[in-house]
Amino acid sequence: MTIQHYIFLAVALFSIGIIGVLTRRNVIIIFMCIELMLNSVNLLLVAFSKMHHLAAASVDAASKAGTDGQLFVFFIMVVAAAEVSIGLAIIVMMYRNTHSVDVNFLNRLKH
Amino acid sequence: MTAIILAAIWGVVMMYSGIVIKNKSTAKTIALLGILALLVVNHLEYTNLWYMQADVKNMLKFTSFGYVFNYIAFGSTLIFFLLNAGEFELVGKDVYEYYALLFFILCGVGIASSFNTLLMLFLGIEIISIPLYILAGSDKRNLKSNEASLKYFLMGSFSTGIMLMGIAFLYGATGSFYIEDINVGADGFQPMLAIGLVFLLIAISFKVSAAPFHFWTPDVYDGSPTVFTSFMATIVKVASFIAFLRLFDNAFGKVHEQWQLLLALITAATLFIGNITAVFQQSVKRMLSYSSIAQAGFMLFSVYALNTFAKEGLILYSAAYSLASIGSFAVLIKVKDYSIEGFNGLAKKQPFLALMNTIFLLSLTGIPLTAGFLAKYYMLIGAVKTGHFWLPVFAVLMAAVSAYYYFRVIQAMYFKEGEADTKPTSRTFRITLLVTALLIIILGFLPNGLLKALYF
Repeated sequence: MTIQHYIFLAVALFSIGIIGVLTRRNVIIIFMCIELMLNSVNLLLVAFSKMHHLAAASVDAASKAGTDGQLFVFFIMVVAAAEVSIGLAIIVMMYRNTHSVDVNFLNRLKH
Repeated sequence: MTAIILAAIWGVVMMYSGIVIKNKSTAKTIALLGILALLVVNHLEYTNLWYMQADVKNMLKFTSFGYVFNYIAFGSTLIFFLLNAGEFELVGKDVYEYYALLFFILCGVGIASSFNTLLMLFLGIEIISIPLYILAGSDKRNLKSNEASLKYFLMGSFSTGIMLMGIAFLYGATGSFYIEDINVGADGFQPMLAIGLVFLLIAISFKVSAAPFHFWTPDVYDGSPTVFTSFMATIVKVASFIAFLRLFDNAFGKVHEQWQLLLALITAATLFIGNITAVFQQSVKRMLSYSSIAQAGFMLFSVYALNTFAKEGLILYSAAYSLASIGSFAVLIKVKDYSIEGFNGLAKKQPFLALMNTIFLLSLTGIPLTAGFLAKYYMLIGAVKTGHFWLPVFAVLMAAVSAYYYFRVIQAMYFKEGEADTKPTSRTFRITLLVTALLIIILGFLPNGLLKALYF
């Protein structure tokens, strides 16, 4: 597979995530869509990292180019995990008060 | 560097002292010690007297611009603590944890003012945002607080996703996360770089609540406990702006013309929507949230112009805006009814509070002799120097509109009959409020003291 395939796949996943966030009403599903967005970025970063590595390795076989992209992925995973823990706690807090996980509920409080 | 580490450590210290010490009022003392330590450490590093030798692989770059901003952020937090410490106990029982989260945010602020790679930008913005999601929802039984927290969380992580996509594209185009490597100039400006730029612009517009990505702001600011709104709308927003300016100056400065029009449209929309909607608000808290959008419009000028005036202006603006907003929110907290009618007759009952609030509101409007005026002046001059006149003219018109809603509060305090109901104020509160107002006036006369520090 060439880099174009990966870019296409990642952008497709990302778009599914964005459309999900914008159209779904269930908080848990919105949450999953956000995770999908983050993971499509992970995929893209790894693909780019490999691409840059191959390009550099053809010149210098011992090149370390591209490792930073892979490292970034770990940071995204850590931050995503932190966000999940906070997000689920917020959803549980909301569920305790309203017995619902529907975001339409939020608009009722607007004045 | 030391300030970043110390802020993180102090957050942990606050958390553990919550377990050991049962007395809630001790939290304030420990937090004040922490923030003073941060200020001292920042000063030592800034004056090169003592600093930590840490090899950060050039991922963080400490400039006088960042240090001066840290002074402003830590100083405003000190004032924020002094003014609002008593209110923390009214929000919930986890006072130590609130302070801990605020210190973690300060750690993120330190990173946001000194990042040199996109990785650190991402981490800094996330360290700022994640504790804020918790603080927005800290009033757990209150449905509005729940709503604010969830909305903030969903919007925040959504924009994080967009920002990461932008970073991934920039990485794909250049093969590096360092912002100097991304600044390739117009020759190497590939489509992938442009996509990354637009994604990052959208994501950061979300974070600084620039139109059309501002819609979460009023609800979140209105729903959160007022103490934390005051922190969110000032220090956090200003820190995001510093990150915004650093990023667009260092990473996209050479292709300034390519995105200047896009940013001009965002700025105009932010100014328009923020000011016009603020006019129709009946609640002062909601009015201040919309006014924070409008002020963000002015701060966007610094990114639009990208010259020395704009950078000096942003430092001045962050000081003026943070001080005035923190003060104004502190007065708001002491008033029991948040609607504009709640301020009726405040001048008769609490002349001191009313006078201080007037100074803060005048500074937010940008009346001469206050810091707000000079800050707006610098921003406009910066924009005029770029050679485009329609945006500064529009901004001045919008500033005139903003006078309407700020003066409505002043009018309610002084010229309307009523029984404004206030909470009792402590002596520390009154002295700090006076110092804040004096700082605003002094900055309005002598901004050079602050600006000279940039070229130390």
